[in-house]
Amino acid sequence: MRLLIYLPLLIPALAAVAARPLAARLEPREATWLLTAATVILAGCSTVALALLVASAAAQVPAVAELRHYSQPVLHRGDPTSAITGAVAALVLTGAALAVAITFRRRARALAESYRRAARLHDDGTVVVVPGPAVEAYALPGAPGRIVISGRLFQALDEPGRTALLAHERAHLAGRHHLFTTVAYLAAAANPVLLPLARTVDYTVERWADEHAARVTGDRRLVAATIGQVAMLATPAARPAAAAALGIVTTRPRRVPARSRRISVAWAGPVPRRVAALLAPPPRTRAVLLAAAVLVVLLAGASALQAARDLHALLELAHGIH
Amino acid sequence: MPDDSPRHALGEPPEAARRPAGALEAEVLAVLRAAGTPLSPGQVRERLAARGQRELSYSTVVTIVSRLHAKGLLARERAGRGFAYTPLDAASLAAGQMNRALDGGADHRAVLSRFVSGLSGRDARVLRRLLTDDGPEQDGG
Repeated sequence: MRLLIYLPLLIPALAAVAARPLAARLEPREATWLLTAATVILAGCSTVALALLVASAAAQVPAVAELRHYSQPVLHRGDPTSAITGAVAALVLTGAALAVAITFRRRARALAESYRRAARLHDDGTVVVVPGPAVEAYALPGAPGRIVISGRLFQALDEPGRTALLAHERAHLAGRHHLFTTVAYLAAAANPVLLPLARTVDYTVERWADEHAARVTGDRRLVAATIGQVAMLATPAARPAAAAALGIVTTRPRRVPARSRRISVAWAGPVPRRVAALLAPPPRTRAVLLAAAVLVVLLAGASALQAARDLHALLELAHGIH
Repeated sequence: MPDDSPRHALGEPPEAARRPAGALEAEVLAVLRAAGTPLSPGQVRERLAARGQRELSYSTVVTIVSRLHAKGLLARERAGRGFAYTPLDAASLAAGQMNRALDGGADHRAVLSRFVSGLSGRDARVLRRLLTDDGPEQDGG
C-alpha cells in the first residue's frame, strides 16, 4: 500500500508536539543539534512526499502517460492517488517553495544588516554599551560579532551580574546560534507544522548560552537570578508587583533557594523555564532519549525514500508493459 | 525679496538665548563625567557652583539634564523622588544608532539573540515564586 507516503507528513505533527518536552529533558547543546537537524530532515521528507504525490498524479494524466509511454491501467492499479490529491499537493508544494524563498530573503537581509551594524562600530571592544532608557541586551552577529547592552541595564547590573550576562551573549556569538535558528525557521517555512520545532530551537540556544554562563561563572544560581532581575526590569508591568514582593527591581535577588522548589513551569514562558532549569542540577546527556528521537526522524526519512522507490518501480513497470 | 529671517514656534526662545544652553550642557556633562557616580540635579547644581560657574536655578539644571537624557547622552535611575544621572562613555555614544537595531521588525529581531524577552503577568508570578525563598503561602510577618 502507498499509505507509507503519508508518514513523512504525519511525523512532523508528532515532532511538533514532542519538541518542547524534549527540549526540557535534553542537554541544551544536543537538543539544539537534534531539533535543528530534525526540522531540516522532516521538512525535506515532507517536501519529497509532496513531490511524489504530484509526480504520481501527473503520471496518470493521459497526456503525460502518452508522452512517457506509461501504461495507464497499470498505473491506476498500483496507485490510488487521485488527480485532486495531486493538484492539492502541487498547490501546497508551490506555496512551500514561495514561503522558503521569502523567509530566506528576509533572513539574509536581516543578517546582512546585522553584519553592517556590527562593522560600523569602530571601537575594538566586543561589548558596546548603548545610551538610552531601554532595558535590552543582545548579541549582534557579525565579523566580529558584538554584544550590545543598553546603558540603563548595564548600570542596573552589579559586576557578577554583568559577567553572567556577557558570558551568555558570548556563547551566542561563539556558537553561531543565529545559524541554528535561521536554518530551523527556513525548514519550518517549507512545512509550517514544524514551526513549534523552530521555536523550540530559539529556546534551546538560550539554554545553551545559559549553561555556558553557568560554567564560566561557576554559579548556576547567579545566572538564574540575573535572568530574573533583567526580565523583571524589562517588563514594566511586572515591576511594581515585583518591587513589593522582592527586591529584584534594581538588584539581583540575594536569597535564591538552594534547590528548585516544586513549581511547575511546563506551561510557562521561556524565562521562568530557563530560570527553573538553572536552579535544577546541570543537565546530562540522555543517550536513550536522544537515540529514540534520532530513530523516529530517520524512520520518517526512510519512509519517504521507500515511497520514492515504490513510485519509481511502478513507473518502470508501467513503462515495460506498454 | 522673500523674508528669510528665522521664524520661531510659539514660546520658542530666539537663537541668541539658546546658544548658552549648549555651553551649559557641556559644563553639566563635564561635571557628571568628573563625578564618577550618579548625581541628582541638586548635586550637579552644587558642583557647578563650586567650579566657579555662575549660579543656576534648580529648574534650569533639571531642564539641562533632562535634555541630555533625551539626547541619549545620560543614563538615569530613580533616586528618591527624582532621578540621578550618569554620563555614558564615548564608545557608547558612537554606537547610539544601534538603538535602532531592535526597531527593524520581526526578522531583524530574529537574528539578534536577546538576553530576555518580556514577561507575561503569569510568567512574572511564576518567576517570583521560583526566585524567592518564601513562597506566597508563607507569611513573612
